[in-house]
Amino acid sequence: MTAESLAFFFLAAFAVSTAILMVLQRNPVMSAICMIGTFFSLAGLYLLLHAQLLAVLQVVIYTGAIMVLVLFVIMLLNLGDEARLRERYDLAMGVGTVLAAGFVVELFFILFYSGDPALRASMDPRAAALGTVEGMGGALFGRFVLPFEMTSVLLLVAVVGAVVLAKRKG
Amino acid sequence: MIMTPQDYIAALPLGIVAVTAFLVLLIEAFRDGSVRVTSWLTALGLAAAFFVAMTRVFGAAPGTAFFGMYATGAFPDLMTAVFCVSGILTVLLSSAYLGKEHLVQGEYYAVLLSAVAGMIMMAAAADLVFFFLGLELMSIAFYILAGFARGRLMSNEAGLKYFLLGAFSTGFLLYGIALVYGATGRTAISAIPSHSLALAHSPVFVVGLALVLVGLLFKVAAFPFHMWAPDVYEGAPTTVSGFMATGGKAAAFSGFLLIFSPLALNALPTLSDVISLIAAASMILGNIVAVSQTSIKRMLAYSSIAHAGYILAGVVAGNRMGAEGVIFYLAAYTLMNIGAFGVVSILESGDGTGVTYDECAGLSRRAPVLSGLMAVFMFSLTGIPPFAGFFGKYYVFAGAIGGGYTWLAIIGVLMSVVSASYYLRLVVLMYFKEGTERNSSVSVPAASLAALVIAAIGLLGLGLFPSLLLQLTAWCF
Repeated sequence: MTAESLAFFFLAAFAVSTAILMVLQRNPVMSAICMIGTFFSLAGLYLLLHAQLLAVLQVVIYTGAIMVLVLFVIMLLNLGDEARLRERYDLAMGVGTVLAAGFVVELFFILFYSGDPALRASMDPRAAALGTVEGMGGALFGRFVLPFEMTSVLLLVAVVGAVVLAKRKG
Repeated sequence: MIMTPQDYIAALPLGIVAVTAFLVLLIEAFRDGSVRVTSWLTALGLAAAFFVAMTRVFGAAPGTAFFGMYATGAFPDLMTAVFCVSGILTVLLSSAYLGKEHLVQGEYYAVLLSAVAGMIMMAAAADLVFFFLGLELMSIAFYILAGFARGRLMSNEAGLKYFLLGAFSTGFLLYGIALVYGATGRTAISAIPSHSLALAHSPVFVVGLALVLVGLLFKVAAFPFHMWAPDVYEGAPTTVSGFMATGGKAAAFSGFLLIFSPLALNALPTLSDVISLIAAASMILGNIVAVSQTSIKRMLAYSSIAHAGYILAGVVAGNRMGAEGVIFYLAAYTLMNIGAFGVVSILESGDGTGVTYDECAGLSRRAPVLSGLMAVFMFSLTGIPPFAGFFGKYYVFAGAIGGGYTWLAIIGVLMSVVSASYYLRLVVLMYFKEGTERNSSVSVPAASLAALVIAAIGLLGLGLFPSLLLQLTAWCF
């Protein structure tokens, strides 16, 4: 096992376990901190894929900006009463849990134990070039320029929607 | 890589709609109380996009623009026209309805326009990345519109419910796209049929497509993923419900025709079988539950589940006739369903409670024109000739029979008979029952009446001369 695959398995395990912990935590602040762990390990995974810029952006934007916002929202909402987050258990939830578990097992089985030839064992040689600032810029303003521009429309609509739904009655 | 003027011309309808959305926002920001102007500007922008799209349908050869992101040709342009019609009718119906419900805000029109832009992106997507962006743009606009009546609990519930479940279904769709990309290394939609042939036994690829299927089935409100539809359609402002049920459904079905094209489905018989079962279940559940509804809005919501089942029959057929039938059905469904929701929006009292069957008793005395139009929409939804709904059903079921799904067509026809019981019950109540409130007459705003008349004429026109539209759909595949 090479150092690279060791690092991959460590980061992947860390990402999955912090993601699960995030859902299981009762305290929203603890959930947010677990999410930071997931974001960090994702950044590490990007590094393994030679996507340096993506790794830096992941840390700066997600772990930095977005998580600070999430923490701010949690604190402003003042979720003092943690007991309120406790869930009720009933039949529908039981059925849902069984179905969800079945779905996960099914996915695992299909994706890991079927010996799929379609999954690429090795990395695309062009991937290393794509991970640089130049490569990302070329992709964003070349082939993906229209999706890139439409993303700004998407964000604008989300902002307008947040203002419309949240503003005081005037 | 340099963009040429041809790229911009190809994406002209999308550009017109998006720029109009910005203009509406700007006007709203700098001139307070200019909703009259913005609503007309919205209708104008959509009409311009409609005409640009329609002029290009004939003889358009399929191609791509913007480096393989934006598909050109008859199919995206024809679907764009359908979305624009849905948007224009909604705008015409909205101006009076929003005033009645005290929801007058210019942002409504900007968000509506961006929803149309998202739909156009979905129909004109040549790449899964672009398709996903369009779906998200449309969905976010829908979440906002569904919760637009902030003062009403039902509308809040509709917005939040649609948002949470929609975000969840988006996760499935995105995971599916990631798996398809992982298996093939490409995100081009045009590559899916050839990959379906080569990778029909590759679990990663097939599971990826199945997850994409889940995301799309949620958007069209087909059977196991329909739970949100009745609550959202009932809680959302009525004009918005009509818009979501027609434009949104048409956009999601254009995604079906692109990703699960006849070529791809024929290579993946298991997936076709799954879709055919879902189609049958949607028809049965939607129609049978709709029979027992008392609220007309809720009945229309369940009937929209049933219609999703009928249209899926055309998708699963896996042949030209079925695919063309889907487009025809979507055009007809847009006219008749917006019409039906529009009549409900006029009848509503303005306090957020819907309209029940009992309240429609004797309506023909109080509002003869409105009842006549509603009867047209109900006949068409049932699938009675000479209205367009009949031909829509005819083509999708004929396609299903041609594709070897005779049993599905039989279920569809049987369920159409069931649907007659709740559609025609309304007609019977309107015309042959005495109402309790005999004196109050219903006032019909001019713009709303225009929208309803346009829809009814369109239904009759397409029903009497279906070849008008079929000439255009023939260019699509």
